[in-house]
Amino acid sequence: MSPSEKPEADRASTWSDKLMAPGDGLRQWWDRLSRVQKWGFGVIAFGLLALLPLFPPPFLNTPNISFGGTMAQFAMVAIIAIGLNVVVGQTGLLDLGYVGFYAVGAYTVALLTSPSSPWNRMGPTGWLHEDWAWLACVPLAMAITALTGLILGTPTLRLRGDYLAIVTLGFGEIIRLLADNLADVTNGPRGLNEVAYPRFGESEKLPEGVFSSGNSMGHAGYGTWWFWLGIILIVAILLLVGNLERSRVGRAWVAIREDEDAAEVMGVNTFRFKLWAFVIGAAIGGLSGALYAGQVQFVAPPTFNIINSMLFLCAVVLGGQGNKLGVVFGAFIIVYLPNRLLGVEFLGINLGDLKYLFFGMALVVLMIFRPQGLFPARQQLLAYGKAARELLRSPEKESAK
Amino acid sequence: MIHECIDQYTCLAANINFNLEGLRNGFWQLTIDGLSWGSIYALVAVGYTLVFGVLRLINFAHSEIFMLGMFGAYFCLDMILGFAPSGNAYRLGIGLTVLYLGIAILFAMLVSGSAAVGLEFIAYRPLRRRGARSLTFLITAIGMSFVLQEFVHFVLPKLLKGYGGSNAQQPIILMQPKTQFTVFGATVSNVTLVIVASALVFALLTDTAINRTKFGRGIRAVAQDATTATLMGVSRERIIMTTFLLGGLLAGAAALLYTLKVPQGIIYSGGFLLGIKAFSAAVLGGIGNLRGALLGGLLLGIMENYGQAVFGTQWRDVVAFVLLVLVLLIRPTGILGESLGKARA
Repeated sequence: MSPSEKPEADRASTWSDKLMAPGDGLRQWWDRLSRVQKWGFGVIAFGLLALLPLFPPPFLNTPNISFGGTMAQFAMVAIIAIGLNVVVGQTGLLDLGYVGFYAVGAYTVALLTSPSSPWNRMGPTGWLHEDWAWLACVPLAMAITALTGLILGTPTLRLRGDYLAIVTLGFGEIIRLLADNLADVTNGPRGLNEVAYPRFGESEKLPEGVFSSGNSMGHAGYGTWWFWLGIILIVAILLLVGNLERSRVGRAWVAIREDEDAAEVMGVNTFRFKLWAFVIGAAIGGLSGALYAGQVQFVAPPTFNIINSMLFLCAVVLGGQGNKLGVVFGAFIIVYLPNRLLGVEFLGINLGDLKYLFFGMALVVLMIFRPQGLFPARQQLLAYGKAARELLRSPEKESAK
Repeated sequence: MIHECIDQYTCLAANINFNLEGLRNGFWQLTIDGLSWGSIYALVAVGYTLVFGVLRLINFAHSEIFMLGMFGAYFCLDMILGFAPSGNAYRLGIGLTVLYLGIAILFAMLVSGSAAVGLEFIAYRPLRRRGARSLTFLITAIGMSFVLQEFVHFVLPKLLKGYGGSNAQQPIILMQPKTQFTVFGATVSNVTLVIVASALVFALLTDTAINRTKFGRGIRAVAQDATTATLMGVSRERIIMTTFLLGGLLAGAAALLYTLKVPQGIIYSGGFLLGIKAFSAAVLGGIGNLRGALLGGLLLGIMENYGQAVFGTQWRDVVAFVLLVLVLLIRPTGILGESLGKARA
């Protein structure tokens, strides 16, 4: 929220504020907790979340599609949303081609382990063993995606605002078109199949482990296992991003977002910190891509359509730009609602098809009545540091009013 | 394209041609074909450039305004003028063809123009009232783009039988492409002639409207300094509405011309790529600059065709995007680089 926007928000009509602000109370409650309490609640919440696919409550269950699969998809989109949030929410760089990084991550794993790829390194002749090929590819995918972010970011991050949005859109589309057109390497529109996945928990019943698509029976199907893996990664990334947020880097990001010129004047090397945000965001996107490639075991260009980029952006904006837990919730909405509405008919229209219509409307309405998202970040206060926040809340301040 | 990879590292090179011979042989044909593409890009690009000049906003949903124009033109030909969609071209005289096309283009312009004004009214005006920042505008534009596309994709077929949905409309072909004459060994078809000539007329009209009329002066004034313009008695809101209307009208005109060139291209997603390219064209010429948008459109159309000849058909879109990225990196202000406000009075 820019300073000029503040009085506007105060003046905004109260009824729409109340209607659109389910997150405010929750946000305030969360802010008042101490660090230990936050950890306690966080562990319990993520624990409950992890148990959800084992005991899917009837009101949450997705009748027409595997609930575990839905949750696995949610975990991937949540990782993407956290990564995109670093770029869009914390640093204020609008990246419309984020799906390109997702694609690079997924294709790195697929190219190295799919038998239909000419660069396959798995199998009897390669140096990747089937048992740990996927695990070895994940850091590699992150590194390559980060490198891609560096290569794309170095020339483009000198541009500002709207131009940056369009250039990243162009890059995202170029990456997809490359995957489509370089058919001798990427197998073109036919895609790469039989991508590696973690071999874990192999048993007589499941000779290929719990992460293989063969494990499709019951609540603890392979989707659920991928979801659990995703949850662990989400927590790890949240810790990493949270630490960054509280560090000098995070303060520089907020400064750049709030006013780039002022930040520059104050001695922040804006270009370097923007590049950092871009590279870190890219690496997280690549991680999610690697997860996707492993779970689906198939990678093809249409998945990385630019419209998915918009959907990821939608998750970030909906959840609240700059709030890393908010965007996880945004990701949940983005993934869960279409899966839930799948096959539900209304006036002869399959509601699952209307996801882009709903999300488009949600974006428009949200931008008018609540541009900061459902769970707004405490953006300005973060810039002043925790001490200033305490000061603002102290009782003297209250009585002085 | 089927290549045998000698070893895995040559594979990467095998998918990219470098065929300068093709460019040299087909140079004039490519140029003329590129001009007709470029005319369409130019008309759409004007919509981007005008709105950017006045509001500093990338109207991301402009491509959907164009798409609605295509459906408007189709509706007019199908329901109002009674041409049934069929695989064959209608054989009408020149006079009748021009008359029907004229009616269709007016109808398409009406649809696109009112859609653009409606978009401004529903989505952007409330944001301006609240003094939102530019990122908010852009996200709204993306949201409206989703809404309009998906409306045509899923809701329109329920309202109007045979319209919208996942498939393209059955083409109505009023003009069968036919060679009229040759220049430098390149053939010029009637479709190309109509597209380039009408685009030229619209470009001239727009240029006159912006540079010579009273409301054109208003648009330039608001682009230059909105506050001062308001103090001088220019109604900013009215100017913004006119700007959207003008952009919408031209997008509608471009939509009909596009359906002449690509009759099977009337589909809900048909505006998206073209919109991005038209935006690239606007940036190429210098965004916010009317003549820049026209020039940029023509240049992009031609360059894209050259690129396609050199690197192969499948690289056509990549050429356009690379061009956009390069222009933004080397000269973000575009070729002409002048803003709408600074143009001569």
